[in-house]
Amino acid sequence: MTMDRPDQRGRFGEYGGRFAPETLMPALAELEGAFEEARRDPSFRARLDGLLADYAGRPTPLYETERLSEELGIRVLLKREDLLHTGAHKINNTIGQGLLAQRMGKPRLIAETGAGQHGVATATAAALFGMECAVYMGTVDIERQALNVDRMEMLGATVIPVTSGAGTLKDAVSAAMRDWVATVAGTHYIIGSVVGPHPFPWIVREFQRVIGEETIAQLAGRVPDVVAACVGGGSNAMGMFYPFAGTGPDLVGVEAGGRGIASGEHGASLVAGTPGVLHGAFTYLLQDEEGQIREAHSVSAGLDYPGVGPEHSYFHDAGIARYVSVTDDEALGGLDLLARTEGIIPALEPAHVIAWLARERAELAGKTVVVCLSGRGDKDVEHVARIRGRK
Amino acid sequence: MSFPALFERTRAAGRAAFLPYLMAGLPGPDASVELFGALDEAGADGFEIGLPYADPLMDGPVIQAAGAAAIGAGTTIDVGLRVAGEVVARFGKPCAVMTYANPILRLGIDRFCGRAADAGVSALIVADLPVDEAAPFVAGAARRGIGMVLFAAPTTSDARLQAVVEAGPVFIYGVAEMGVTGERAAASEWAAGMAARVRAVTGLPLAFGVGIATPQAAAEAAAVADGVIVGTALVRRVLEAPNPAAAARSLREAGAAFAASMMRRPGASQPV
Repeated sequence: MTMDRPDQRGRFGEYGGRFAPETLMPALAELEGAFEEARRDPSFRARLDGLLADYAGRPTPLYETERLSEELGIRVLLKREDLLHTGAHKINNTIGQGLLAQRMGKPRLIAETGAGQHGVATATAAALFGMECAVYMGTVDIERQALNVDRMEMLGATVIPVTSGAGTLKDAVSAAMRDWVATVAGTHYIIGSVVGPHPFPWIVREFQRVIGEETIAQLAGRVPDVVAACVGGGSNAMGMFYPFAGTGPDLVGVEAGGRGIASGEHGASLVAGTPGVLHGAFTYLLQDEEGQIREAHSVSAGLDYPGVGPEHSYFHDAGIARYVSVTDDEALGGLDLLARTEGIIPALEPAHVIAWLARERAELAGKTVVVCLSGRGDKDVEHVARIRGRK
Repeated sequence: MSFPALFERTRAAGRAAFLPYLMAGLPGPDASVELFGALDEAGADGFEIGLPYADPLMDGPVIQAAGAAAIGAGTTIDVGLRVAGEVVARFGKPCAVMTYANPILRLGIDRFCGRAADAGVSALIVADLPVDEAAPFVAGAARRGIGMVLFAAPTTSDARLQAVVEAGPVFIYGVAEMGVTGERAAASEWAAGMAARVRAVTGLPLAFGVGIATPQAAAEAAAVADGVIVGTALVRRVLEAPNPAAAARSLREAGAAFAASMMRRPGASQPV
């Protein structure tokens, strides 16, 4: 059974909660209250729906592939979140939370970003609503996603390099939270995935569930065998899975297998992790025997995260969804496959899902699979070219 | 000595308790015990001993760097608790250990508290543990005779403050600044107001920490609180010292200045 909303303690089953510094607790309660009010306010919903349609480009197409389906022997439908303004599903959440911030009277937005897509989407919302914006980004990610750094700056945001830890998404989230502890009175933190302390995982899921709801409407009564999405923190996957849960299809989340699970260098928290606390929530994560968080690894900056949204942990344990992993090399193959059969260059994140289809084509033969194509690959072109240049 | 006994004594003496923080295992396990010794000589009343965590959300760059260096030097939870045990045994002053929720949950609350109690630790501070999530920690610590420290921040409402008091902390950690740990130039603009709000609902001891970087700022906090926690300003000295002996000298000097700032000025508001 899915949970319409987390319980009083902000938990999905045993997962979630609010492991946050006391300074932030009143802001989390304020945010929960503001969201409760906003979701019941028809004018908020109308404003959000209007912007999602006219500004972001919703509904996105559900496209039935021809050459890819033929190549794999699987009927593959793509939910084209890659066609949204700014190039990924992240804009669904940043417009929603930007409107919430406006409602709460907070003039400054901050965000973390890994691949840069959430940072760009937040910078975009800030420009749209006339707000100040700072985006925390690990130095390693700044390197591998340089194009998105330029985009954020062009949109008027300040990109703040994060050098601590491995200089990737986990460290950027920590840095953004530290900023928020100091600036909470006038700043809203737009967290980019279904992670963090309650109410963030719930709010982000509510803003992303439009993906699954639209897909169900577009299927017009047809029920696919499988619905699949990539999982880093897991916002596109939760947005897709939540409306489908309990309606029939197998829900499959594809995590970053990196250099292989056995190598220890991966981002597969649900496939190979254990429960603990990261960034304010009790959830599956990658940690050592001492409870120190391990560095994740993925060729894809958006999946390079050692934790996962707590509702996915709940879906995992309750058997509502299952989770698999795909390696860096397989994902690069997935990118090529979609590019060459359909003329669509996917981001490296959803390329993991395409690669999973290709790997499991025997098991999936003849089935209908809906894939959440969460973002487009423009941001990865240079990164992939560099990887191939070294090979 | 326990924290309640310490605060009773310092209240009677008309002053606040000086509670310096250092990271266990920095620059090495044995060397860090000696650095607590330097602060003992300087007049510390009790100690806050950091157990390093690699993703410290509530800490600024200095304590982040200290934690990373301590982990790099091999400071596991066991090593950190061994340091705490030696500090308790050698200096006979109350010790709180400070860390984050995940290392405790990984070991198990009961096992962690058992080991901390065996080391002689009196209190436990968990930086990312608000009162809402504290119940199993408070219970697990109490079973081993350890007191939980819970937080009050400038943003904490009176209703939340009431919940903090009802959870039964050994003392209240007043977060003196909006933000993470670090050094602020000015004394806290929040401390006096927060202290008044805490005093209005409880007689529990109140210690201020976060951002207190100078003896002047410490004196301002001491005027309204039962204890003053100084961390970053001391940890920075350890990180900057060329060797452990120089770090000890630097801590002795700085510690003495902070300890001397704990006397309440005549006419300052007194705890109830």
